[in-house]
Amino acid sequence: MSSRDAVLEALRENARYSTEDIARMTDLDAEAVEAAIADLEEEGVIRGYRAVVDYSKVDPEPVRASVELNVTLDRETGYDDIADRLARFPEVQGLRLVSGDFDFAMEVRGDSMSEVSRFISEKVAPVPEITQTVTHYIMESYKESGVEFGDGHDDDRLSISP
Amino acid sequence: MTFEESTRLESVPPSGIRKFFELAEEYDDIISLGVGEPDFAPPWSARDAAITSLERGRTSYTANRGMRELRERIAARTAGRCDLFYDPDSEVLVTTGVSEAVDLAYRAFLDPGDAVAIAQPCYVSYVPGARLAGAGVIDVPTREADDFKLTREVLEASGAAEAELLVICYPNNPTGATMTRAELEPVAEFAREHDLLVLSDEVYADLTYEGEHASIAALPGMRERTVVCNGFSKAYAMTGLRLGYAMAPPEAIEAMNRIHQYTMLSAPTTAQHAAVDALDNCDPDVAEMREEYDRRRKFLLSRFGDMGIECFRAAGAFYAFPECPWDDGEAFAEALLEAERVAVVPGNVFGAGGDGHLRVSYATSLPQLKRAMNRLESFLE
Repeated sequence: MSSRDAVLEALRENARYSTEDIARMTDLDAEAVEAAIADLEEEGVIRGYRAVVDYSKVDPEPVRASVELNVTLDRETGYDDIADRLARFPEVQGLRLVSGDFDFAMEVRGDSMSEVSRFISEKVAPVPEITQTVTHYIMESYKESGVEFGDGHDDDRLSISP
Repeated sequence: MTFEESTRLESVPPSGIRKFFELAEEYDDIISLGVGEPDFAPPWSARDAAITSLERGRTSYTANRGMRELRERIAARTAGRCDLFYDPDSEVLVTTGVSEAVDLAYRAFLDPGDAVAIAQPCYVSYVPGARLAGAGVIDVPTREADDFKLTREVLEASGAAEAELLVICYPNNPTGATMTRAELEPVAEFAREHDLLVLSDEVYADLTYEGEHASIAALPGMRERTVVCNGFSKAYAMTGLRLGYAMAPPEAIEAMNRIHQYTMLSAPTTAQHAAVDALDNCDPDVAEMREEYDRRRKFLLSRFGDMGIECFRAAGAFYAFPECPWDDGEAFAEALLEAERVAVVPGNVFGAGGDGHLRVSYATSLPQLKRAMNRLESFLE
């Protein structure tokens, strides 16, 4: 694995690892790790660092929905144009063009169900190219960004073993 | 009527690791670097295969030697890794962990009065197992100066030439030492010259971080005198499923199977189903675990270096074997446990050559390792 990939791998696992610790675990010096991170950020490989939050433990718990969008395209308007317009709304947490029965999978977050519903009906549905919206409210989250929300794998090993 | 211990059993003392286990059990807030098994759960695909086999009621005995589809995969895997070809029908025996395979080899090929040369420090069951089989033990202590690799020099100095059987384990528990093909060559030469059988425990083969794993059986003139043991406990994190295997020429497997068929009948069926799936589908999981261990290994060695703790560059398994900062390893391990709640195992419990060292397992998450190293650092200050 290249040093760049090794640094990326470490950050993908835990973006809060210190430069010093990443250097230790990858056998690089701290300057090389800093440089690799700077490159990755500059090239846009790393787009940001965010906490993985279990919203059911946040008070008040925000409301999240995953929304299917169908769109129609014309000569002047492509997927990117529609995506650009939608992505600007702060309520939109994630937006992906997908294959299958609908075009965009959009994740929306708001303070209440009515707020999210209003956002969909007043801001999203009226966009001329959008022909259909199907909103799925998220009821329970079991895994986010690769992190499982269960009790985890309890360490039931003997404290000392051969 | 009394339960008087047999003379054989009396020759086997209780495991030295037991004492540390009992000490560690007195605290509930320790970070243990004393664990000899992976901190990962087995790959989900293998667990799912085990569950499916249970749902379908596939819980009968298997063939004594193990399910044929498993033996085929074991032979294919070994061929791919070590350029060693074994016939799944006559040269592979699936066992209840590597421990059973070692015990079978001892009982199949040793007579009372025979001697077993055991490269040490080593897994805690090799020496007692030989004694239980009625054999004598020749300690072959490897040296830190050789990075705990086995050399011709120590084989000669220890009198290993007199033995019937030589036992080696690389990558090694407890040292983390590995041996390349070139480094195994003089050992093979010694075995051929003195007509020794060799038992090579390669259960950590997949956890090799620098270079490729090499099997002594792949060296010229060695296949016919070697029993290669391996298993699923370490690479696939399947310790509790108890599944290992032995590979050797037909007459050796036939002999070992004759004991196995009476004492074990067959290895656990559910575990065999999991193992078939592990070999088919779980290489990516193993690669991921190996990468994670490697990062921990580098982290640990780097911290030891900064603390001024001498430690050779262990390149396999999930152990480092640093020099103990105090002369008395047991006293150090006890004091570290009491003062900082960090458990390590003193090297002397792993036999000759282990004195003055500590076994530090990195089968523990990086954040925990970091905490443990911080505590060790403050303990040394």
